[in-house]
Amino acid sequence: MSKRIDVKDLNVYYGDFLAVEGVNMTIEPRSVTALIGPSGCGKSTFLRTLNRMHEVIPGARVEGEALMDGQNLYAPDVDPVQVRRQVGMVFQRPNPFPTMSIADNVLAGVKLNNNRIRKSEAEALVEESLRGANLWNEVKDRLDRPGSSLSGGQQQRLCIARAIAVKPQVLLMDEPCSALDPISTLAIEDLMAELKDEYTIVIVTHNMQQAARVSDRTGFFNIAGTGKPGHLIEMDDTEKMFSSPSVKDTEDYISGRFG
Amino acid sequence: MTTTTAPVLQRAGHLPRWAPWVILAGAFVAAFLLLTVISEPTIASVALVGGILFVVAVWAASRAVEGPRRAKDRLATSLVTGAFILAMIPLVSLVWIVLARGASLMSWDFLTTDMTGIFGDMREGGALHAIIGTLWVTGIASLISIPLGIFTAIYLVEYGRGRLARAITILVDVMTGIPSIVAGLFAFAFFTIIVGPAYRSAFMGAIALAVLMTPVVVRSVEEMLRLVPNELREASYALGVPKWLTVVKVVLRTAIAGITTGVMIAIARVIGETAPLLMTTGIIATTNNDPFEGRMATLPVFAYRQYAQGGVGVERAWAAALTLVAIVMLLNLVARLVSRYFSPKGIS
Repeated sequence: MSKRIDVKDLNVYYGDFLAVEGVNMTIEPRSVTALIGPSGCGKSTFLRTLNRMHEVIPGARVEGEALMDGQNLYAPDVDPVQVRRQVGMVFQRPNPFPTMSIADNVLAGVKLNNNRIRKSEAEALVEESLRGANLWNEVKDRLDRPGSSLSGGQQQRLCIARAIAVKPQVLLMDEPCSALDPISTLAIEDLMAELKDEYTIVIVTHNMQQAARVSDRTGFFNIAGTGKPGHLIEMDDTEKMFSSPSVKDTEDYISGRFG
Repeated sequence: MTTTTAPVLQRAGHLPRWAPWVILAGAFVAAFLLLTVISEPTIASVALVGGILFVVAVWAASRAVEGPRRAKDRLATSLVTGAFILAMIPLVSLVWIVLARGASLMSWDFLTTDMTGIFGDMREGGALHAIIGTLWVTGIASLISIPLGIFTAIYLVEYGRGRLARAITILVDVMTGIPSIVAGLFAFAFFTIIVGPAYRSAFMGAIALAVLMTPVVVRSVEEMLRLVPNELREASYALGVPKWLTVVKVVLRTAIAGITTGVMIAIARVIGETAPLLMTTGIIATTNNDPFEGRMATLPVFAYRQYAQGGVGVERAWAAALTLVAIVMLLNLVARLVSRYFSPKGIS
């Protein structure tokens, strides 16, 4: 159920502006890969290229290759919609659909695609996904209530349940805890530890402790200055990155002596 | 236990709750007396002078007792309230006059008979043919403009980029300002070329109204679609939902309450149009149920014609106006129910 991703010489543009340059990266299956770096260095932009969400912004484009188990996601005959079914995404701010109930939010991937699903299967899928997101016990008695009636942390876990309900191979998380309190953050970090048995997880985070706690491998992005493209400076096992990084910039950033 | 407030936090002074009302009454009495001395007092002049006196007096009293900051607050409150009352006056008086004058002839008979065989000072006859005609004309106009307007708005918000979208936006803006008589002339000229000079039908009028209605629909739907947060679109894309399904099932679904309201405003805008219908759909005394052939009466034109005839016609005109207002209110009520049913459920 999980795949590895190899990124080769990836350049990401917004129109003529080169936002991220020359990324080479291997993302291992069944592991958590954390991307860290200062604001505006292109981590999120890079993350969004892994499920072709980048190109929904007008003028945005990508050069280079992103291979998922050998298949280039940017090959001409690849349908971005199919890519997104394989590579799910959780956003910075919880964004449940306001018109849908909790159960319908979980089933959104099925229902919005006009796929028919039997009632028993739907119920099973809702339970399985909500259990997977550690939310089942909290909401099982009010599945027909609106998704927006939940707290922020619960909404974010609902969004995770929604993402894993379509059974992706890879799960991308763009600062999933930055809008949450420490308790909700802990719940989501625990969840990531469980989910990595089944999924390949890539997480962008500003929180160094979080990267150290949850990830197996860490990549550090940096930017030389405003208006210059972001680069992947270094990528290694998390333990090594946080104890003895090979690049000085990484050490400065991680130890807070940055800039 | 009594608590003492630190001196810095204490209020300087406070006008009692009844003070504004006393000042209001005082202002009106003063205005009345003042105007009796100068000239004959009327309701309007007493209200106007009293209102101004009230605003000034409240401000002055508050400044003296409560200090300049509270005084500014009270000034703003009375100005805003005054603006609200001023805006309500025409609305309330309009509804009141239509109700009062329309009631004299309003009856079940008025709503269920047409004007066949009615002449002179006969008090019988009604507006059934005009009600049917208004429903036909407005209905066809809505059938044309609502889909057209919604699709244009979707194009502008979700797909349109660059020159074409900008051109459409400008054209829609220009169309919003078209005088209704020009729309009527357009339909008139259009059908004269296509069908022939003597052609009159409800469809012709509907085309004229659609020209007026479409830009209103486009504008309001566009505003509503832009209000849908981009995050919802992204959430949908990230689930592997194609763009067109995202538009239909997420964007339109989230905005449906606002779209309904906008469409209703557009309908209300055209349902009372008289000028373009006068030259396209015309007027007739009998019920015509074929929207593609022959003249058809509509409520605004019916009211206009009856009023011009004078006599009992004036009463019929008011009754027709009342009917029209009632139809618009009914449509609004339906729209409210629809938008309440569809609106996003919040914390409940």
